Amino acid sequence: MLGLKPERFHLVLETVSQPVALCGKQLIADNSGALYWPGEGTLLVADLHLEKGSAFAERGTLLPPYDTRQTLMRLAEVIDRYEPARVIALGDSVHDVSAARRMATEDLQILRIMQEDREWIWLTGNHDPQIAPSLGGRALGELCIGGIALRHQPMPGCATHEIAGHLHPAARLSMYGYSIRRPCFVGNSRRLIMPAFGTFAGGLNVLDEAFEPLFGRDGIAVWMLGQEGLYPVATRFLCGD
Amino acid sequence: MLRQAEPGASLRVGKGAAAIVLPAVFRDWFGARGWQPRAHQLKLLDQVSRRRSTLLIAPTGSGKTLAGFLPSLVALSQITRPRGAGVHTLYVSPLKALAADVARNLLAPVQQMQLPIRVETRSGDTSLSRKLRQRRLPPDMLLTTPEQLTLLLSHADAPHMFRDLDTVILDELHALAPTKRGDLLALDLARLATLAPGQVRIGLSATVARPSELCAYLLPQPCGSAVSLADLVTVDGGSPPDIRMLKTEAPLPWAGHSSRYAVPEIYAAIKANTLSLIFVNTRSQAELLFQELWRVNEDALAIALHHGSLDATRRRKVETAMAAGTLKAVVATSTLDLGVDWGDVDLVINVGAPKGASRLIQRVGRANHRLDEASRALLVPSNRFEVLECRAAIDAASAGAHDTQYNRSGALDVLAQHVWGTACAGSFEPGALHAEVRSALPYAGLTRRQFDRVVDFVSTGGYALRVYERYARLRPTGDGRLRLSHPRLAQQYRMNAGTIVEAPMIKIRLVGRRRAKGGADSQSGQRPGMPRPLMGGRVLGELEESFIEQLAVGDTFAFAGEVLRFEGLQDTDAFVTRTRDPDPAIPSYAGGKFPLSTHLAERVRHMIANPRQWNALPDPVSEWLSIQAERSEIADAREVLVETFPRGQRHFLVVYPFEGRLAHQTLGMLLTRRLHRAGAKPVGFVANDYALAVWGIGDLAAMVRDGRLDITALFAEDMLGDDLDAWLAESSLMKRTFRLNAVISGLIERRHPGKAKSGRQVTISSDLIYDVLRKHDPGHILLEAAWADAATGLLDVARLGDFLKRIRGNIRYKSLDRVTPLAVPVLLEIGQELVYGSGTAEDILRAAADDLVREAMSREQG
Repeated sequence: MLGLKPERFHLVLETVSQPVALCGKQLIADNSGALYWPGEGTLLVADLHLEKGSAFAERGTLLPPYDTRQTLMRLAEVIDRYEPARVIALGDSVHDVSAARRMATEDLQILRIMQEDREWIWLTGNHDPQIAPSLGGRALGELCIGGIALRHQPMPGCATHEIAGHLHPAARLSMYGYSIRRPCFVGNSRRLIMPAFGTFAGGLNVLDEAFEPLFGRDGIAVWMLGQEGLYPVATRFLCGD
Repeated sequence: MLRQAEPGASLRVGKGAAAIVLPAVFRDWFGARGWQPRAHQLKLLDQVSRRRSTLLIAPTGSGKTLAGFLPSLVALSQITRPRGAGVHTLYVSPLKALAADVARNLLAPVQQMQLPIRVETRSGDTSLSRKLRQRRLPPDMLLTTPEQLTLLLSHADAPHMFRDLDTVILDELHALAPTKRGDLLALDLARLATLAPGQVRIGLSATVARPSELCAYLLPQPCGSAVSLADLVTVDGGSPPDIRMLKTEAPLPWAGHSSRYAVPEIYAAIKANTLSLIFVNTRSQAELLFQELWRVNEDALAIALHHGSLDATRRRKVETAMAAGTLKAVVATSTLDLGVDWGDVDLVINVGAPKGASRLIQRVGRANHRLDEASRALLVPSNRFEVLECRAAIDAASAGAHDTQYNRSGALDVLAQHVWGTACAGSFEPGALHAEVRSALPYAGLTRRQFDRVVDFVSTGGYALRVYERYARLRPTGDGRLRLSHPRLAQQYRMNAGTIVEAPMIKIRLVGRRRAKGGADSQSGQRPGMPRPLMGGRVLGELEESFIEQLAVGDTFAFAGEVLRFEGLQDTDAFVTRTRDPDPAIPSYAGGKFPLSTHLAERVRHMIANPRQWNALPDPVSEWLSIQAERSEIADAREVLVETFPRGQRHFLVVYPFEGRLAHQTLGMLLTRRLHRAGAKPVGFVANDYALAVWGIGDLAAMVRDGRLDITALFAEDMLGDDLDAWLAESSLMKRTFRLNAVISGLIERRHPGKAKSGRQVTISSDLIYDVLRKHDPGHILLEAAWADAATGLLDVARLGDFLKRIRGNIRYKSLDRVTPLAVPVLLEIGQELVYGSGTAEDILRAAADDLVREAMSREQG
C-alpha cells in the first residue's frame, strides 16, 4: 500500500522520534523537524528561514519579530538533546541575503554559542546563495556522506540516495471528521525530504504536484510532526488543501 | 453604555393629518397614483427641514425607504447645484442587492417627476471607469455599502467628494450597528462629520428593544459623560401578527433538527396558501427540508430553494419567480431575512426554533407587506425543547418584547484598519483623530493610551520588542502629524479593507458521471488521491473549504436541492456528480447557526419552572415535563439543575443552563478540565442550546457523596481565569477568531481568489503568528482584540460569566440511578456534534499511526 519496503524502512512506534533507514543507514527523525544521524554524529535541519518576519516587515507586513529567536531556541534544544559533533543546515537557512544584517546581536550570539566545539555547515539554497561570514560556520553547495547526497533542492532522477529540504512538506490528515495539518517528513526508499524547521516557514501539501517528479507512482511514507511525537501516517488518510 | 441620556424627542406617528405641505410636483405625483403621503413621511420632511437627525422605526411595508429619501428629493428638486458639486445624499445599506433595489425604486419617481437628480450606486461590481467618474463628478445621491464608503474615505479626494454632504441615510440600522461592520461604519460617519459638519442623519430600523442606542449611534457623541440622541419617530405596527404553532398528530421528536415528522403538514399548509416562505436556520436544514417536500410533492407544486451558498444566478432566478408570482413556496435561510421585497407572501413558516424574538418578528413581517392586514405565521418545532422555545417566542411577540443586544465597545482591529485608511487619505494629527474617533458611539470610551497603542500597532506592529521602527508604516511629518511612509501601503490597504472575512470557499461544479469516472480511472500516471484533472461543469454554488476537506471521494451530500457524490478536488473547485442515493451520507455543513437569545432562554426557563404554564403546551411536552418532575426535579427560574446518573458503562453529569450552544461548549471544555483534575476521568461532552452533558469513567455521584467532588466548587466562577487561559492556548476556536483579527487589522493580507494556491507556501498562517505572540508577547494588542471577540463571539464567555454569577448558591443537585426525561434530548445528540478536547489532535495523530502499524503487522502475519 505504501510502496514501503520493510527491509528499507521499518517503523516502530516510539515517542518523540522515529528511526528511519535510508541507504542502509539508521537515522532518527525528530518531532522538532530535525534529523539525527548517529553513525556520523550529525544533526540535519532544513529551511530555517531566519529573519522571515523582518523580511516581511521590510515590505510593509509587520509580522511578529520573534521568529528568529524561537527558531534558534528550538534548534538549541535539539542540539542539547543529541549533542552532535556536526550540524548541517540544508539551505534556506536565512530568508534573504540581507537577513544576517538584520539579525539581532543576541541572536547572532546564540548562534555562536551553538557553533562552539562542533563543525557547522551551511549548504546554500535559493534564498541564501551566499552565506554572510557573520553567521560563522562553513558554506558549501552540496555534500555527500556515506553514499547519501545532502543538498537543498532535491534532484529528480538523482542516481544516489538523497536528503533534501526546499519543499517544506506538510500533510493534512482527515479522520473522524477532524482535519489536522502538520509539517512532515516525506520519503521513499531513495529519498527523504525534511520539513522546514523555521518558525514562520509554512508548508506545502505532500499531495501537491511539486512532489510528483520526486516520488512518481511509487508511493510515499509520511511522518507527521506532533507535539508529543512523530507519527507515521498512511497516505490514504491524507487529503489535499 | 448609555450613561446619562439627554433625551431626544420621541414621537409616535399614527394616521393623523400632515402638518407640512409637499411641493406641488410631489403632490401631483402622489395624486396621479391615487396615493397620499403617509404621516411619518411628512414628519421626516419636517424633521430634516429643521435639521434634526432622526431614527425612524417602522414595520416593513410602511414606505420607510421613501420616508428616508423624501426630504432629499424635495430639497434637490428646489435647488440648482453647480456642476462638480459633492455628494448631497449618501445612503448606506448592509446589502449591495438592497442598495440596487432601492436605486431602482428611486429612479421611477425621479424620472416621472423629471427631477434633475443623478442617482448612482457603488458596489464591488461597479466598473472601474464609473468608480473613477463618481469620484471626479460625484452623483447627487450615492447608494452604497459600508465597505465601499470605507474605500472612498481612504482616497485623498474624499474631502472634495463629501464636502457638500447634506443627508446620510442608514438603512437596516438595527442589523448593522451591533456588528464589526457597524463599528467601521461608525468610524466612517465620524470622518464624514469632520468633512461636512452640518449633515443630517436618518436611521431606518425595524423594532428594537432599546431604540436609544441607535439614536446615539446616529449622532457624533460629545466628549464627557453626556450622550447626544437623535429624535425618534415610531410608526405603529398595524395589526398584530397571527402566529401559531403547528398542531400535529405525529409524535414529537426528542432531538434533532430535521422536522421530517411535520413534512405532510407543512405541505398541506403550502397547498392552502398562495405563496409561503419557509424559513430554516441552517443551509443543511434547507437542503434536507427541500428534499423531503419534493418527495411528497404529488401535485408538483412550484417549491424552490434559496440560501447563501447557492450560485448568485440561481438565487436571482428564484427571486424573479417569487416576484412574478409563479412560485408556491420557497425554502430559505436568513438570506431572505433582510430588506428586499420579493412578492406577495401570505404565510411564513418557521421550521425549527426561532432562536430569538426579534428575528421571528422580522421573519413574520415578510408576510403581507400591507399594514392593515395581520401577517400570518406558522411555527414548526423540530423537537420537544423547541416546542418550549416556540411557545416563548409567540408570547414574546404578542407582548411586543424584543431581544436586547449586547452593548459593544468598538473592536480594536477595526480601529486599526480605520487608522491605516485615514493615513491613506492624507496625514493626520493623532490628538485630533482620537477626538474624532471618540465621537463615534462604539469608541466613546476609548482612552488616549489605547488609541496610541492602536496607532503604534499600525505603524510598527505594536510589539514589545521594538525593532521595526525603521520599517514604520507611519512617519512623523515634523509638525506633529503622521503620514504613510510609502504609497504602496495605500494599495495594500485597499486590497484588504472591510470587516467581512469570508471562510475560504470551494466552488461546487456538477459534471457528468462518465466524465468523472473517466477521470478517476484514467491511466494518467497520477498518484492515488490525485485524480486526473477534472474540468468544466456547471457551478452550483460554494461551500466552506473546511466542509469539503472532510469528504472522501464517493461520499454523498445534499446541496442545491440535489444529492451529490463527491468526485474530487482541483484547486478551488470541487467536482460532483448526481446520485440516486436517497440518503446523503454527510448531510451537515455548518453555517447560519444562531445561538438562543438570552431573552428567549429566560422565557423558556420560566415556562419550565412554572407547571401552571404547561397546559398551554402540546400533551407530549407537558407529559414529558411532568415525568421529569416525578423522576428528578424541576428547578425554579433562578436555579440551575445538575443531575448525575450512570448509563451503560459511563457516568453522566448533565446541566441545564439554557445559555446557548457556544457558551455551553466553553463550559463543557472547562468542566472536563476540572473533572479531570478531580480524578473523575471525563471522556467527552456534548452541548446543545439548552443543556450540556459530560460523561466519564469515574463514578461522579460516589465522588460527590464522599466529598471528593464539590458541585458548588465545580461551577465556581474562577474557572474563567486560569483554566480558560490554559485551554485558549490550544483552542482552534481561538485561532479562528485570531485569524479574523489579523486580517481586519491589516497584520496579514486577505486570501484573494485565484492567488490562493500560489500563495499558500508564501503566506504565513495566522496560527503560527498566534502561537508566537502568545509565547513572546502575551500583552499584544491583537491578542487583546481576539480575547474581546471570543468573549462575546465564538466562546460566548460573557454569557457564561453571567450564568456562573447567577447560579452562585443556586445549584440544585440531584443524584439519580437512571437517565432523566429532560436529559434525553442532549444525550441523543452524542455522535451528532463534534466534541472538542484539548488533547484531541494528538489523539487522532496517534490513532492514525496505530492504524498504520496494525496494518503493517497484519500484513506480515498474512
